[in-house]
Amino acid sequence: MEKLINEFSIGLFFWQLVLFIGLVLLLRKFAWKPILDAVEKREDGIQDALDSAEKAKLEMTNLQADNEKLLKEARAEREAMLKEARDIKNKTIEDAKGEAQEQANKIIEQAQAAIESEKKSAMAELKNHVAGLSLEIAEKVVRTELSNKDKQLALVETMLAEKTSK
Amino acid sequence: MQNIISRKTICLFFLMITAFSFAKEEKHEGEGDIKTEIKEYINHHLLDTHDFSLTSYTTDAGEHKYVGFPLPVILWDNGLKVFSSSKFHHGESVAEVNGDYYTLFHNKVYKTDAAGTIDLDEHHHPTNVKPIDFSITKNVFTIFLVGLLMFVMFSRMAKRYKTSSIPKGMGRFLEPIILYIRDDIAVPNIGEKKYKRYMPYLLTVFFFIWIINLLGLTPLGVNVTNNIAVTLALALITYFLTTFTANKNYWGHIFWMPGVPTPMKIILAPIELLGTIIKPFSLMIRLYANITAGHIVLMSIIGLMFIFKNWLGSSLSFGLAFALSLLELLVAALQAYIFTMLSALYFGSAVEEHHDDH
Repeated sequence: MEKLINEFSIGLFFWQLVLFIGLVLLLRKFAWKPILDAVEKREDGIQDALDSAEKAKLEMTNLQADNEKLLKEARAEREAMLKEARDIKNKTIEDAKGEAQEQANKIIEQAQAAIESEKKSAMAELKNHVAGLSLEIAEKVVRTELSNKDKQLALVETMLAEKTSK
Repeated sequence: MQNIISRKTICLFFLMITAFSFAKEEKHEGEGDIKTEIKEYINHHLLDTHDFSLTSYTTDAGEHKYVGFPLPVILWDNGLKVFSSSKFHHGESVAEVNGDYYTLFHNKVYKTDAAGTIDLDEHHHPTNVKPIDFSITKNVFTIFLVGLLMFVMFSRMAKRYKTSSIPKGMGRFLEPIILYIRDDIAVPNIGEKKYKRYMPYLLTVFFFIWIINLLGLTPLGVNVTNNIAVTLALALITYFLTTFTANKNYWGHIFWMPGVPTPMKIILAPIELLGTIIKPFSLMIRLYANITAGHIVLMSIIGLMFIFKNWLGSSLSFGLAFALSLLELLVAALQAYIFTMLSALYFGSAVEEHHDDH
């Protein structure tokens, strides 16, 4: 202890105190403050960047979810549209079919009616013709009978045969 | 990997130089009893001097030659006296300034007469008048140099941050240390809110002690932190910073410890008050003792090389000195860390907010 006190130099103590305090003050102004501020700023910057990256990621996920939803909606809509189109198509076909059937029926009906009327007129004509022929035959028969009875009969017969075979 | 190896080799090389340069100095100290010589050399090495001598040798003609340069001597003895230490001729002659005579005795300045007589008492202490010595001694010079180095180093580092927030050059090495002091010493001990106020001191004291301890391990032969005056100055700053920034809670815990019975409070107050002084006192002694002991042991082992004077003993002591040098490198950083850490702890207790948990 005595050696320690003996060794103690007031001058060294004084200079150490002055120089060291001076050094602390100088370094505080010219080194520590700018360094610590810069480091802090950088750390804040990094934190901000990380935060914004996290935020962007979250937004991205939201966006993706939105996209997914939109896609789903679009798909449903497409589905609905397709179904509608299919329905329309079917209905159109059905309608067309019905109409065609109707048209056909009508045509057939008309054709039948025409046939019927043709038939009727043909029958009428036939009747007239037959009546005419009958008259002619009767006339001839009458004439023949008038000349030769046998001959007249034969004539009637051949003529009838002729007419019916026609 | 190659890089690491080459770095290690360089470190080794410097350590060897350190060991050799100590050795060389001793080798050239005249003849006589080598043990006393080594002992004297160690004592001399541990003391502060008034000139910056790197080494000394004796020429063939028996003349003592010193390699180094003189430093200014500043004395307060009925007025300021400033002169160059070259006037002392390394303690071999008396310096005369304006009719007053001064001489060196065991590296201390005493007032004397023209003949340079030193009167000794029975304890072998001089009874001459001791002027107050404000000289720029070797240690003061070193402190100034380290301060200058730190200022240049860190202000340049700070400037780099203006252009880019990424550290470059020296900053790459220094920034992690600064961040370590902030994040692992200051913030946990002092607290998030108030640590900023103490950062300049903590950073300065850490780098100052570290650099100056490392400098003590170089062949320059400077020893600053093994001066009690230096460690006292540092410890005092810690003490005053603690005392003057302390809050009500801190003083409350010293003078009127909450949560204990009143008679205990009265007993505890002086103990706690004493504790506030013991804390920085321990800082002072710890740093001083560790560095002094390291130097004494290291130099003694180096001295052993010259006592053994055979290949086995000398090489063994060389190996030992080498291992110890490595240990001292660790101690240099460790003591800086401990000083900073404990200072932060004391500041933390001074600004701690009130807790109800005791």
